[in-house]
Amino acid sequence: MTKHDQVLVKADNVKVHFPIHKGIFRKQVGSVKAVDGLTFEIRKGETLGLVGESGCGKSTAGRAMLRLYELTEGQLDFEGVDIASLDPHALRDMRPRMQMIFQDPQACLNPRMTVGSIIAEPLDEHTNMSTAEKREKVKTLLDAVGMNRDYVNRYPHEFSGGQRQRIGIARALALDPDFIVCDEPIAALDVSIQAQVVNLLQDIQERMGLTYLFISHDLSMVRHIADRVAVMYLGKIVELAEKRDLYKTPKHPYTQALLSAVPVPDPDIEAKREHIVLKGDVPSPANPPKGCNFCTRCPIAIDKCRTEEPELRELKTGQFVACHLAE
Amino acid sequence: MTDQAATTALGRPQRSLWGDVIRQFLKHKGGVAGLVIFLFIVFAVVFGPYIHTIDPQYLDIRNKNLGPTWEHPMGTDNLGRDGLAQVLSGGRVSLAVGIAAMALSLLLGTLIGILAGFFRKLDGPLMRTTDLFLALPILPLLLVIILLFRDTLRSAFGPETGIFLLIVFVIGITSWMNTARIVRGEVLAVKEREFVLAARSIGTGSLKTIGRHIFPNVLSPVMVSATLGIANAIITESALSFLGLGFPSDFPTWGRLLYDGANFMTLNPARVIWPGLAISLTVLSVNYIGDGVRDALDPRIRGR
Repeated sequence: MTKHDQVLVKADNVKVHFPIHKGIFRKQVGSVKAVDGLTFEIRKGETLGLVGESGCGKSTAGRAMLRLYELTEGQLDFEGVDIASLDPHALRDMRPRMQMIFQDPQACLNPRMTVGSIIAEPLDEHTNMSTAEKREKVKTLLDAVGMNRDYVNRYPHEFSGGQRQRIGIARALALDPDFIVCDEPIAALDVSIQAQVVNLLQDIQERMGLTYLFISHDLSMVRHIADRVAVMYLGKIVELAEKRDLYKTPKHPYTQALLSAVPVPDPDIEAKREHIVLKGDVPSPANPPKGCNFCTRCPIAIDKCRTEEPELRELKTGQFVACHLAE
Repeated sequence: MTDQAATTALGRPQRSLWGDVIRQFLKHKGGVAGLVIFLFIVFAVVFGPYIHTIDPQYLDIRNKNLGPTWEHPMGTDNLGRDGLAQVLSGGRVSLAVGIAAMALSLLLGTLIGILAGFFRKLDGPLMRTTDLFLALPILPLLLVIILLFRDTLRSAFGPETGIFLLIVFVIGITSWMNTARIVRGEVLAVKEREFVLAARSIGTGSLKTIGRHIFPNVLSPVMVSATLGIANAIITESALSFLGLGFPSDFPTWGRLLYDGANFMTLNPARVIWPGLAISLTVLSVNYIGDGVRDALDPRIRGR
């Protein structure tokens, strides 16, 4: 893909650990390694899908990208500026360029504010527009997300989930950002509304040249919207590839298992298809296994997997896999 | 559809939170009734003495223990002082003490609750301080404070203002703890909602986040505390007066009138009924106002 060759966001060994305190003296006895060494790039104008099961650190990774969590370690380049070490003031000036769309449309809008003031909040914070200009801008934003301009005076509880998600999107767009983290924006919506919202996101991306980090556990939706896909397991990326390669020739056993769980809309094929069923549960991120994180559930694990941690290596152009056995 | 919507939208200004709140409050029947009664009491207490001009301290021994007459609508007490004049001038003090003490305790409680809930580092110290205040035995503390400071304040501000400030301060700082605890709990819950995270991702500073997102969402418990607080302050002031620690004995307040009248209840029940009625009506009307304001502040209830 030639149009995406400039790197916009570059994560280098990003770690987010949450300390666990115990006992009377609240001594730190360990840490939850929610995100444990992510390295990837997001190119300008592309959509990077981030998939993984519940609790694997997707949302934490997304929030860390905007430094809503302090990084324990690692660097986060946003067009050459290391956000991870910026002081709060400089970080605040960067905020308009990166925004977030949240998972729960119910919780992400303040119930006591009108839609108009919710969408205008970023404008209040970062611009010196007059009230009339703000109102005009809010109305164009409502137009952009396909909502009635007259809704500025209503409250979030008067809307359906899909409409609220549109309001959230309008808020994220208010400052003309370059990069938007979509944290499972469709997970809480009806299937019929999911398509609308995803199409809206794609539409806006085309119009405004946005870059997305699209976090989801819905593999088919990611296939629809993403250019490249990263698969996470227990705080680490196990596979990162162009969408076509990942869905056609998954190399990591975890990716293979994930993909085999997606149902095929043809009963004949579905009946004959072989599922890879993973046994056991995801280990606790407070106490990950030695060696490869996936070795406790991997169907093809060998002794080496239990002692040595696999590096993310490039198998073929653009397809990175963290597995000793992948070829 | 969009054309039509656009034209109708043009004329309408952006609605503000407070405009909506007032509009909705006026629809709340109980709240409006409470407000009318409360305002009536306030006006009566402030302007009444100019209409009913008998001096509340004037002793008219020949007309003692009267029932209601045209000259003394609420009768007279055992020293012949006029009941209505005493209730009116007592109301000035009681209402002023109640509102000022409530405001002080609310301010302290909300401030401490929000700081403790929002800033994790302040949580421990502030809440332990709250526990400390809760553990203090209030009455002995009041005795000590009043004994220590009464005379200095009296000489500094005059006997009435001095004791007024002292009582407001004492009631205020001994009644903020419950508000602080409730507010802290609410703040902890609201803080984890995603819209606060959204505000952070926009770059809203801590103070603005508190003002714009946290405080409006914890207003309901604050309103409830406020309405209960006025009642509490009036009653605490009565108790202090009863113990001889409040205002001077010849200085009427509702609480003092009630306690003085209690001894004459069988002889002259009106002496207890009128101040008691005044306290109850005030407390009740304030509670209804609080109810109305709380409902008006919640957009989900609004419009029902």
